[in-house]
Amino acid sequence: MAAIRIPPTLRAEVGGVRQLEAHGETVADVLDDLVERHPALGPQLLADGELAPFVNVFVGGEDIRTLDGTETAVRNGDSLILLPAMAGGA
Amino acid sequence: MAGYRELLARVRSEIEEISSIEAHERHTAPDAPLFVDVREPDEWEEGHIPGAVYTGRGRLEQRIEGLVPDKSRPLVVYCSAGSRSAFAAKALEELGYLDVVNLAGGFSDWKRNGFDVTIPRVLSTEQRARYSRHLLIPEVGEDGQQRLLDARVLLVGAGGLGSPASLYLAAAGVGRLGIVDADVVDESNLQRQIVHATDRLGEPKVLSAKRTVEALNPDVRVVPYQERLTSENVDRILGESWDLIVDGADNFPTRYLVNDASVWHGIPVVHGSIFRFEGQVTVFHPGVGPCYRCLFPKPPPPELAPSCAEGGVLGVLPGIIGSIQANEALKLILDRGDSLAGRLLLFDALGTTLDEVVVRRDPECPVCGEHPTITEYVDYVEFCNAVTLN
Repeated sequence: MAAIRIPPTLRAEVGGVRQLEAHGETVADVLDDLVERHPALGPQLLADGELAPFVNVFVGGEDIRTLDGTETAVRNGDSLILLPAMAGGA
Repeated sequence: MAGYRELLARVRSEIEEISSIEAHERHTAPDAPLFVDVREPDEWEEGHIPGAVYTGRGRLEQRIEGLVPDKSRPLVVYCSAGSRSAFAAKALEELGYLDVVNLAGGFSDWKRNGFDVTIPRVLSTEQRARYSRHLLIPEVGEDGQQRLLDARVLLVGAGGLGSPASLYLAAAGVGRLGIVDADVVDESNLQRQIVHATDRLGEPKVLSAKRTVEALNPDVRVVPYQERLTSENVDRILGESWDLIVDGADNFPTRYLVNDASVWHGIPVVHGSIFRFEGQVTVFHPGVGPCYRCLFPKPPPPELAPSCAEGGVLGVLPGIIGSIQANEALKLILDRGDSLAGRLLLFDALGTTLDEVVVRRDPECPVCGEHPTITEYVDYVEFCNAVTLN
């Protein structure tokens, strides 16, 4: 079980909550589980079944691109941060 | 009882003296002695021997051990003509300093010989009062305040983030603020854009900001750029020798333009972004840490770009994030502390939590990586239009 921090840009897709839990041994499994429970997240996170290039995922504060990508292991109690780019400043 | 002349003559006979020519030779030697200026503050401010330390004759005995703890360090003491410093040299010997010489002829003779002189830049009485809380902090002090006054910061956007950032940078005495923004003040801005005001509705934001900022601090000069940053003007605007950029843009095309240009111009960017209750803030420092494209190689498709969705923002949020940006900017100018380079702060106003993630330089980065694939500006035009057209 991992805790997933939902960024404000994606909260509309999950009923407004800031954090969700999902199961899986790797980042790919956890995201699959998450999208299965909240299908509206699918188009926001995935492109052709893969993690979309404009979404960053951090496990334990580290970018999975510097770990093992979506194959990065997720341990029980890990926290995942989904971080899409946001440009607002005004 | 000896008169002044007899006393001076006696003291001079008891100390060692060197001519200004010899002092100049020692000054330029590899292990130069420390020059100690014991004149009055106004004499020091009009010019002194380069590298000298200052302590007026009146407080010499009190202060010298703090300034020069090593009593074996060679010292050359000087005043304007060599008399006050003769007494000072004698006092230093009595305090146990082992290698003290008096500069005969003093600073006047040094200048007469045409040797180098440093004219210190000093804060005015008004500036001393205005920046007194900075002067009290050892990490800022007078040198730091001069750095701030000399600094040039370019703010991209005079909106939510640019408002607090420009106000705090101006209050801190950052001498030159460039502000880029094409918009005019709108009623819907005033819930958060505190550099503007109700009587400025319809006024260009750069001029409204200039008015507020220059009223706050007359030491600051604002350079307004009432234009949208584009691939056409970005080199011209960034080329006006800015020390750093505070990015408070409100759209992806500008974010990527600022990033690519800052990498190519070698200017650090203090980046902030906000959406509803959440803010992100970091520093992209070319050559030191990652750039924006290391984190987000390319923008999301327009239909998923939250900036275009007009999602709203809690009024105080840009105040918090823009203030953190000002904090990072001041630290970079002062060269103090640890910047946010390589770290992205995530602030959640609803939970009042601050998370931090690591952002690393990507060797494959299309702009700052080892084999860049982007070498000219990309105009991500029609970005928001695509959404409205959908």
